[in-house]
Amino acid sequence: MVYRVEVMLKKSLRDAFGEKIRKRINEDIHLPVRSVRTIKVFTIDAEIASTLVEESAGQLFCDSISQEYSIDRPLADDFDWLIEVGFRPGVTDNEGKTARESLELAIGRKLNRGEGVYTSTQYALTGNLSLKDVERIATDLLANTLIQSFRVKDRSEWDKTPGMPPLVPRVITDTRPTVEEIDLAVSDERLLAISRERVLALNLAEMKVIRDYITSPEALAHRRSLGLSEKITDVELECLAQTWSEHCKHKIFNGRIHYTDETGDTRIINSLFDTYIKDSTRLIREAKGENDFCLSVFRDNAGVIKFNDEWSLAFKVETHNSPSALDPYGGALTGIVGVNRDPFGTGKGAKLIFNTDVFCFAPPDYDKPLPPRLLHPKRIFEGVREGVEHGGNKSGIPTVNGCLVFDERYLGKPLVFCGTGGIMPAVVCGGPSHIKKAEPEDFIVMTGGRIGKDGIHGATFSSEELHEGSPATAVQIGDPITQKKMTDFLLVARDLCLYRSITDNGAGGLSSSVGEMAQDCGGFELQLEKAPLKYAGLNPWEIFLSEAQERMTLAVPPDNKDAFLALAEKMGVEATVLGRFNDNGKFLVTYEEKTAACLDMEFVHNGLPQMEMVAVWTPPKHHEPDIPKVEDLTSTLETMLGRLNICSKEYVVRQYDHEVQGGGVIKPLSGRNGDGPSDAAVIRPVLSSFEGMVVANGICPRYSDIDTYHMMACAIDEAIRNAIASGGNLRHLAGLDNFCWCDPIQSEKTPDGRYKLAQLVRANQALYDYTTAYGVPCISGKDSMKNDYIVENTKISIPPTVLFSVLGKIDDVRRVQTMDAKAPGDLVYVVGLTKPELGASEYFARHGYIGNNVPVVDAAAAKAGYERLTVAICKGLVASCHDCSDGGLGVALAETAFAGGLGMKIDLAAVPGEDIERDDFLLFSESQSRFVVTVHPDKEEAFSAALQGTTLARIGQVTEEPILICIGLKGDVVLSASIARLKEAWQRPLRW
Amino acid sequence: MVKKVRSIVISGNGTNCEMEMAHACRLAGADEVDIVHISDLIYGVKRLDDYHFLNLPGGFLDGDDLGAAQAGANRFRYATVRGSGERLLEQLLRFINDGKLVFGVCNGFQLMVKLGLLPGFEGRYTEREVTLTYNDSGRFEDRWTYLRVNSHSPCVLTKGVDHFYLPVRHGEGKFITRDASVLERLHAEGLVVLQYTQAGGDEPTMEYPWNPNGSTDAVAGICDPTGRLFGLMPHPEAYLHYTNHPRWTREKLPEEGQGLILFKNAVNFIRKHL
Repeated sequence: MVYRVEVMLKKSLRDAFGEKIRKRINEDIHLPVRSVRTIKVFTIDAEIASTLVEESAGQLFCDSISQEYSIDRPLADDFDWLIEVGFRPGVTDNEGKTARESLELAIGRKLNRGEGVYTSTQYALTGNLSLKDVERIATDLLANTLIQSFRVKDRSEWDKTPGMPPLVPRVITDTRPTVEEIDLAVSDERLLAISRERVLALNLAEMKVIRDYITSPEALAHRRSLGLSEKITDVELECLAQTWSEHCKHKIFNGRIHYTDETGDTRIINSLFDTYIKDSTRLIREAKGENDFCLSVFRDNAGVIKFNDEWSLAFKVETHNSPSALDPYGGALTGIVGVNRDPFGTGKGAKLIFNTDVFCFAPPDYDKPLPPRLLHPKRIFEGVREGVEHGGNKSGIPTVNGCLVFDERYLGKPLVFCGTGGIMPAVVCGGPSHIKKAEPEDFIVMTGGRIGKDGIHGATFSSEELHEGSPATAVQIGDPITQKKMTDFLLVARDLCLYRSITDNGAGGLSSSVGEMAQDCGGFELQLEKAPLKYAGLNPWEIFLSEAQERMTLAVPPDNKDAFLALAEKMGVEATVLGRFNDNGKFLVTYEEKTAACLDMEFVHNGLPQMEMVAVWTPPKHHEPDIPKVEDLTSTLETMLGRLNICSKEYVVRQYDHEVQGGGVIKPLSGRNGDGPSDAAVIRPVLSSFEGMVVANGICPRYSDIDTYHMMACAIDEAIRNAIASGGNLRHLAGLDNFCWCDPIQSEKTPDGRYKLAQLVRANQALYDYTTAYGVPCISGKDSMKNDYIVENTKISIPPTVLFSVLGKIDDVRRVQTMDAKAPGDLVYVVGLTKPELGASEYFARHGYIGNNVPVVDAAAAKAGYERLTVAICKGLVASCHDCSDGGLGVALAETAFAGGLGMKIDLAAVPGEDIERDDFLLFSESQSRFVVTVHPDKEEAFSAALQGTTLARIGQVTEEPILICIGLKGDVVLSASIARLKEAWQRPLRW
Repeated sequence: MVKKVRSIVISGNGTNCEMEMAHACRLAGADEVDIVHISDLIYGVKRLDDYHFLNLPGGFLDGDDLGAAQAGANRFRYATVRGSGERLLEQLLRFINDGKLVFGVCNGFQLMVKLGLLPGFEGRYTEREVTLTYNDSGRFEDRWTYLRVNSHSPCVLTKGVDHFYLPVRHGEGKFITRDASVLERLHAEGLVVLQYTQAGGDEPTMEYPWNPNGSTDAVAGICDPTGRLFGLMPHPEAYLHYTNHPRWTREKLPEEGQGLILFKNAVNFIRKHL
């Protein structure tokens, strides 16, 4: 039986969701919709007596105070057009799942296989619209046709036949699951065709290595003994493709690069990762000696550092770019709940304590024609924002900070960086919590969600550019509550010592999680038919590769198996034994007692040939801008404050829970009215202690247009400087590098690959130079190398982008400081030297230029200044401290003033500068390592003494009168504006 | 007088403020504070009868998928204790009839009104009379709010306080009643405990963002006629120390956060009366 239960808000109540949709139709699609009301539809497809549905539906699905409902009778009336949007078969439907569970309680039984509850949403529109308009509303706003379908009815049609007929998106499949064999003894062209047709993203050399391995006499003899042949199975081939994907193996970072610099010198770099990232961390740790706080770097799902003797911290940042391009909501939601599983699956498992998110989008007011398959940047913005909102808020993890970066080149692929930190007791079950190891005989247990076709080929897909054939199955929707239940359960299991090792199922699914965990013991045997499925009809390779979310894989010792499974059942979490670990060196997978894959562990993990690449650095030369001087910089400052990369992001911040878990100390918004932009987040992860931690980010992709070396240096400096401004300490600060690049391999479609690879080399060189200079070791990182869009003749590549994130310990959170000016009469200082470094600045960009003088970080000077500033803040000598970044000193002064609700009088001639003769350059240069600091007059002397040796000057005073006044280099007033006006300019652009 | 004040915080299925709520109970002087996963109640490992102070923390029960705490209320209503077969709701009603305290914050408040625990006119604790629905803004919002306390309310937890400053973090906090008579009765019996006001104000406000969700009569929290059952949308457990205050670097504040007093009042009441 199929029943349709419709639920809607009572007419007397405002439909806020409907109004939000109306506003977006009016503003974004420019169609004259007068009103929108929404109706939620539950389609019940189950053998249940109608009386039982009638008795329970109201109580289960409807709030009798605010809503009304109907069964098999349409509720909608008074509309011109009706659109109903539902999920396509097999797409995660979280509300449907919850509705199903409620229904099961009411009817006293579980639904049978094939039965289900599905949700859809009706939008009842009024307004003078054509069918074409309505379809546009459906496709451009309400439905993502990759994962959803929609139906439309107009008023007259509705009057003839009212209501929508039930539509059940049941997965129907008559596939009989089989293991296919593929003959690799074929021509080179055919090998490449196989790779392309199956979305394997393997090149010819790799395909040949696989063929040679499979057909080698030793392998073949063993294969035959297990019932396999000289042909490779699809399970084996798919598994190798994902394990060897760029996404999983980081082939570019681990490849051999012939790098030629601008002088013509050529050198060979054997693995960027080893040479620059791992080695800098090794050096820094050695130099720190017994003060080394790193516990686990680069080998687990997240990096781990010491917090104190009792606790350790884990931190990881991931990107989820390609899925977010196709389905921003699902992609971003999966991004955040996916990265949650990284610290959670690190060591023996960490409790999740914060999220930090950075998004790079094309401008939301983009008004040029969109290339095929791309979604409008505002839709991407809103979808990503909401996905991360649902993922973060529902998981009970505070989103403590983040930022938004805008550049038109993110049109082809938005970047969605999601970071998560976790905390774990330093010792778990008598051993260090950051160490885990599966042992032979341990059971392979999968917990959490079930497996469907979602996310198949995610790893190989993200190792390619976005093209016309990009698979829709790469899109998935996360389910934060299923994951929350699982993490609640696993933390209990951890403390009861029920498992030995844990890792998440992300890219590559089981093939990756089990394959990696088995490296500890040396082999495994897995029975694929045991895996719990969302629906029937998955082929064995799909079960093995699926990236269906909310799943962890564990190694459970034989003695604990029953206790582990019983606890899972009690806590409402699905857990299934899929096989066992062993030490016989084989990667063995069976399906219904027949061998589906048998590979040598050694080959799977170490058989991939090293890539050889060429990089050539030719520094670009840009036009040096000639910007007319203006007398009054007031409106210039307003324009700068309103630039997308500078303006307030409060719209996003407020929709993220940034204080759950109760430890917030510096929140994303600070100041008198709670709307100033904080530099970093400070939280207390252990509520009974005043020890805290700081989290900050640095990202400056614009500088890549001049030199990625300095882009990287500035990103590192920005992250560190944000942490320092908020009370962080260089001595206990760890970094995370997250590279997002455009394809750097020279080819027909990438004729400038050598240059892009050289950009990558240079960024790595800077990472080495600056992390070692600051003594801030990288503990983990990630790279995403194919952020290009190629359809027909349009190619869009992102600017080379690195997010550098830092995590640090704060000894006493009561000693940290915020960025807002505190009191009239306080003295205003600028720390650090201002140079004419406007290359790729926001100021030049505003005038349409790039220029050449990119900011150059003087790490030695900066480091000394940071150390002294930390002491000054800790001693309580500083009333406010704000870093100068995009938009330079001018923006930092304005933000400090209006966040504090106070004015300032500033003398620009007092600013320590070098070769600067223009007021606008002084205000908007983006020289690094600078701060605006305010100090109470009583502390002037102590502050100057504490900063002795640092470039520092007193440049003015905080005033009661709420006006920012700047006296220029010639002694005239060059800027005078009420802080209300400045704040308005800063808040207006993204106040949606 | 009881020897030990025992406090329980229920967790699971999407709660997420249990740690800080338990911390608040500890700071308030409760002798025993247990975070108990709902499955322990259903398996009979723990019983509400062994506690005095029931805390229902914020979160997203079952993702709030059918509306805030709606699926959570469904679950609670149908839950029976393994072995004894007792309905969990019976255990809860006995807990209430024993004169004990129930405190719901945010999603916990939503659960209380959806189960009908609040307002609980004449001890009718399973009838829904009021609800919390979607914010007028159509958004989840995290912002601090000013609240005034009804000094005539029987609420045990707010005794001795006239104003609060606490954060809200919700998408469904708009308080509405079944009809005008329910609202009238709530006012008449002093069951409206907290109302949103402007900064430093004393009058309930309908103005956004001071009233962050468009609640009828700016209602932010209500109690039952005994004053022992209390629920509110703002988060007192998010303000236990001055460093939680969004302006702590600008203002001189007492060491102890204002949210703590609610928990202290609860513990003191239990010591005195139970």
